[in-house]
Amino acid sequence: MTTSNRGFLQALWDFFCSLKLAIFLLILLAATSIIGTIIPQGQLRPEYLQTISETKLKLYSTLGFFDMYHSWWFMLLLYLFTVNIVACSIKRLPRVWKIISEPTLIMTDSFEKSLSVTHDLRLEGDTVTLRDRMVAFLKAEFAAPVVTEHDGEFHLFAQKAPYSRLGVYVVHLSIVVIFIGALIGSFLGFKGYVNITEGGSVSSVQTFSGQRIDLGFTVKCDDFKVSFYDTGAPKEFKSLLTVMDNGRVVIDKRPVIVNDPLTYKGITFYQSSYGQDEAGGIFYFTVRDRKGGTPVKVSAGYGEKKLLPDGSTMQVLEATQEVSQFVPQFSGPAARIEVTPKGGEPVSFIVFKNFPAFDEQRGGALVFTYDGSDEKMYTGLQVAKDPGVWVVWTGCFMMVAGCCMAFFMSHKRIWVRVRKGHVTIGGGASKNPAGFQLMFDEIVDKLKKQ
Amino acid sequence: MTSSMMFNIATFSYLVSMLIFFAFLATRVKGVGLAGSLVSYFGFIVHTAAIILRWKESYDIGHGHAPLSNLYESVTFFAWTIILIFGIIDLKYKYRVVGAFVVPFALFGMAWAQLGLSSGIEPLVPALQSNWLLYHVITCFLGYAAFAVACGLSIMYLIKAGQEGAAGTAQAGGIISMFPSIKILDDLNYKAIMIGFPLLTLGIITGAAWANYAWGTYWSWDPKETWSLIVWFIYAAFLHARITRGWVGKRAAILSIVGFAATIFCYLGVNLVLSGLHSYGGR
Ligand code: HEM
Repeated sequence: MTTSNRGFLQALWDFFCSLKLAIFLLILLAATSIIGTIIPQGQLRPEYLQTISETKLKLYSTLGFFDMYHSWWFMLLLYLFTVNIVACSIKRLPRVWKIISEPTLIMTDSFEKSLSVTHDLRLEGDTVTLRDRMVAFLKAEFAAPVVTEHDGEFHLFAQKAPYSRLGVYVVHLSIVVIFIGALIGSFLGFKGYVNITEGGSVSSVQTFSGQRIDLGFTVKCDDFKVSFYDTGAPKEFKSLLTVMDNGRVVIDKRPVIVNDPLTYKGITFYQSSYGQDEAGGIFYFTVRDRKGGTPVKVSAGYGEKKLLPDGSTMQVLEATQEVSQFVPQFSGPAARIEVTPKGGEPVSFIVFKNFPAFDEQRGGALVFTYDGSDEKMYTGLQVAKDPGVWVVWTGCFMMVAGCCMAFFMSHKRIWVRVRKGHVTIGGGASKNPAGFQLMFDEIVDKLKKQ
Repeated sequence: MTSSMMFNIATFSYLVSMLIFFAFLATRVKGVGLAGSLVSYFGFIVHTAAIILRWKESYDIGHGHAPLSNLYESVTFFAWTIILIFGIIDLKYKYRVVGAFVVPFALFGMAWAQLGLSSGIEPLVPALQSNWLLYHVITCFLGYAAFAVACGLSIMYLIKAGQEGAAGTAQAGGIISMFPSIKILDDLNYKAIMIGFPLLTLGIITGAAWANYAWGTYWSWDPKETWSLIVWFIYAAFLHARITRGWVGKRAAILSIVGFAATIFCYLGVNLVLSGLHSYGGR
């Protein structure tokens, strides 16, 4: 390798080890992330064109702003950031490891000057007595010391929580672990959705990227129910799901609600939406003439025109299981129907299942009551498989644990040098110097009183 | 007594506490500072009782959920966490003047909630019916509160540092001489962020865990999530900036204020300005 080559590699390495780069990248990531919160992500062309011009659309789409968290430049920033963390940690870890595994055992005069707190004491006794006394004292008040003899003096070294110095590296490693988990999920997992009509079943789902994925088993929706509060706000969406594998029922009518998904063979089904299966529903009505006569039962599908005994026709325009969301004074199922008298203009109005007498007030020639429907609902399920998720949680756990180690624990060290009739104590901590000073002063006080 | 009356008493206590702290700034009488702290503690106790009572009231109505589900409840809880973190720092470090710069944040939140937000107890929509709501909201807000305290300290820092710079000597006169030294303010700022950062980290993680549990995706880059990450990046930058020389002091104080501005945007701005999955204050 030529020197200039080595010089270049060295420069590159230094560049990636630099803390300035880390601060720059963190601020850049924060700043660029804002873009994707302002520009809606993943919409269709016409939706964008309602708010921005054609030229802007072109520019933004070239810059990847419409899916910016997956754009090449944002990914590049994330990768640079990861390399930065790894390089920086690799460079510093050996030094920190050395502090932990090969502590300085001897407090020389020059080392003493580098310590943040020191104290000199005159104590009676020869060196051996003093040494034993100091060993017992440190053991009782701080931590068991290592004793080294050097030039006729004794040096004691004691420490607490040396491994807290690794907290920072646990945090940095955790970020890499989370990235790995995310990559595993994006390569080996999928996210999709499926709609199942009540009574129906599926054995494959559609991913958001448009692929069909075979589940390898069958999911059946036995029932779907939605319930509402008095205010008309939704209270609960509930699907009853049955899973069949190889013709055998393995999960029977398990209720699935929002915040309580179903998992089978690593694939999870989440309650996410619902709707009425427009094709299947049949609506039931009773129609009677205001002037008398026997009431007639009528059943109709969506949009189907039905002939009534007096020659007029009716059809169902829309229907709901719970009308209070639209007409707060009423509750229960309701249908909006359109009735066209023979040779007349069509009129449309609402009939309510729970208020059978209501239509009398309308004053029409025919009086309608709504008897309900056997409409089919469908349940909308999100389907996901993510084998990387446990790696992500491991990373998250490491991050929190590492943060606590880095912030709330401190590597405290105390050195003692014993000469004849003369003891010197010094110490330092990796965090919170003020707190260490207090503890140190207390220890010295106790020693003086002994 | 109803919970909303108790919230009013708490709000009033914070107002009185703030005024006493201002008087303390002016008079520098020690007892006045103590009175300011005590009044804020009184407010905190009433506030705590009010939150518990509101929780009970929601069960009495039949909705039965922790009072953390709409904007009114979250703002009052945020104010509560600010006073909590302030109390911890007050008891531990005893720099009473800090109250003059932190209690106003809580007072502002409470006043806004009492006067401007609808305080009805509403039932929970299906998306929020989970214990994760509790873990997520509590950790996030404790983190936010620590950042609010850091922001108050940073404002004090900038005032004090500016005064000293102008006077040209270390002896700044008047009210500002009551402030802790800029070294201590800088250190307290760092300590508050040291408390806030792990809490925000936990808040983001519990949010991700909840999203994964409820929707099968731990991260979907929805605006609220993204803004919480932006806040996290800013405070991570703050922590690293301190390690390098030259970023202690004034620049650290500014970064801490920027961080809190981003926090507030994450909390309120996202809902009021942007759109997303999180429903607080959407209407
Ligand atoms: C968002 C990503 C990151 C997080 C959450 C993070 C977290 C932390 C934490 C919590 C500390 C302890 C700070 C303190 O004690 O005040 C720390 C220290 C440090 N970080 Fe990071 N870090 C990140 C990215 C980086 C990157 C990209 C670098 C690359 C240069 C880096 C280099 C350092 C260094 C050199 C230290 C000081 C270590 C020491 O005190 O011995 N960090 N980091």
